[in-house]
Amino acid sequence: MSETPIIEAEGLTRSFGDVKALSGVDISAPAGSVLGLLGPNGAGKTTTVRILTTLLTPDGGSARVAGLDVVRDADELRTKIGLAGQYAAVDEYLTGRENLRMVGRLYHLPTSEARARADELLEQFSLTDAGDRVAGGYSGGMRRRLDLAAALVARPPVLFLDEPTTGLDPRSRLALWETIEERVADGTTVLLTTQYLDEADRLADRIAVIDHGRVIAEGTSDELKRRVGGERVEVTLTDPSQAAAAAEALAPISDGHASPDAASTDRDGVLRVPLRSDAGGVAAAVRRLDAASVGISDIAVHRPTLDDAFLTLTGRPAEEVIAENGELRQEADR
Amino acid sequence: MSLRWTIADTLVLAGRQLRRIPRQPDLLIGYTVQPIMFVLLFRYVFGGAISTPGYDNYAQFLMPGIIVQSIAFGGFVTALAVADDMSKGLIDRFRSLPMSRIAVLAGRSIADIALNALQLAVLIGVGLAVGFSFGTDVGRVVLGLVLLLALGYAFSWVFALIGLSAGSAETSNAIGFTVIFPLTFASGAFVPPATMPDGLREFAEANPFTTFVDAVRHLFIGGEAAPANSDVWMAFVWVVVITVIAAFLAVRKYRSVSAG
Repeated sequence: MSETPIIEAEGLTRSFGDVKALSGVDISAPAGSVLGLLGPNGAGKTTTVRILTTLLTPDGGSARVAGLDVVRDADELRTKIGLAGQYAAVDEYLTGRENLRMVGRLYHLPTSEARARADELLEQFSLTDAGDRVAGGYSGGMRRRLDLAAALVARPPVLFLDEPTTGLDPRSRLALWETIEERVADGTTVLLTTQYLDEADRLADRIAVIDHGRVIAEGTSDELKRRVGGERVEVTLTDPSQAAAAAEALAPISDGHASPDAASTDRDGVLRVPLRSDAGGVAAAVRRLDAASVGISDIAVHRPTLDDAFLTLTGRPAEEVIAENGELRQEADR
Repeated sequence: MSLRWTIADTLVLAGRQLRRIPRQPDLLIGYTVQPIMFVLLFRYVFGGAISTPGYDNYAQFLMPGIIVQSIAFGGFVTALAVADDMSKGLIDRFRSLPMSRIAVLAGRSIADIALNALQLAVLIGVGLAVGFSFGTDVGRVVLGLVLLLALGYAFSWVFALIGLSAGSAETSNAIGFTVIFPLTFASGAFVPPATMPDGLREFAEANPFTTFVDAVRHLFIGGEAAPANSDVWMAFVWVVVITVIAAFLAVRKYRSVSAG
């Protein structure tokens, strides 16, 4: 692509005492796209966002956002970015409207424009009715919406969202996703961190998987899934002793590099066979098993999820990595 | 950042704090009821056992001391609020905005003047009710009030620095009550330092809190019991020195601080 990326980081490193939070992060995102930074707690997502939003200086490496260096041009860069962090950073003793007006004034909008913008955003984020109540009384979802609205006051071309839906109930989460998608449709570039695979899958054009302070894989959601392998058919046999016959029946539609011997039945009696993409899918599998008189109690096609991708890329399931990094994260925070 | 925007941002943040004050009744109670309790405790529980030669009654001796302590320690809520802003991510938000780097703390310290003025009014009212009376002219009383508000302003910065360094309300609490609070007692605020044992006496006499209290005594009461000495101008020097150092350190801390 000839287009210059609007977010670009090269070899970012940062340590907190003995803990190496980032050991060489490279990311890039073209204007108008959504880059998802996916990884467990403590992987370095938040540290990356803090460096890109000028809150933290890197020990090494460099980064430019909207053409501005995050260290040298920090003052000017702050006029071009919006940040919604993990904390829903709103003043609990101010009303929603007062919060937005204050942020508008601090972006140096004229008073009248700050007022108009606050009203407009309250409307857009369905907070008009709550606009004159103090934010301390808002629900978690309302606070996140207000926080996101505050990040958008100055219509920044680049928006950073650090785990925007962590701790939200499913309905608020879905609503926030829709709001983010509307911003993106308006041309805003978004860098989004998340530990939720479905969130990255839904919102991000490209995903950078980050673990132990470096990017371990990068690509579209589909590309990452493909690295895990294609579809596979999972057959539950009525008679487990027919496993060999079933494997033989499915061999012709199996993926080239998996011989029938490689088709495995787990202890649960489920036969898993990787499918060739042009083989006709589950219908072909059923016909072949029928023809071979193999009894089927259940059959399904499994498409790889980002969970599978994460497992393959890190060698561990997402949950396990999250649990393992929990302690490291707490240390890094000190 | 131009001076114009620095002033504009500071006023926006001062406005934020002033809006918050009437919405925090618990804070207002802490600001007013607690000093009143202290006045009553010292005046009527301990007062009878404390001899203050040269003063008409203990209330005369006590009020300047308790006013100085309350005004200085009143900045404590600043430490709690700044620590709270930090743990809630608000400091991160402000630092990500294209605003002046000193506005958050400067705005806060300006709004604190309003709280301190309120506290000062309450304390003087209570003082007059328990037997305190001014013994000087209007000019000196006003100068005393200015000194007290300037002292409160200086300690807003001290406590802002404590709040930023501590990062949590609990740690701020611990620092406030183990360092600042005892300092105010090891002074001439509540008893004459002459009655203290060696070592502590010298400490109390050198303690700037003693200078502040003696300056206020001279400006409010005067007479032979409270001579001017060098206390009044030294008190202003201390206030300026504390403000400059604490503000410098607090702003430097703000630039690099991060949320938990």
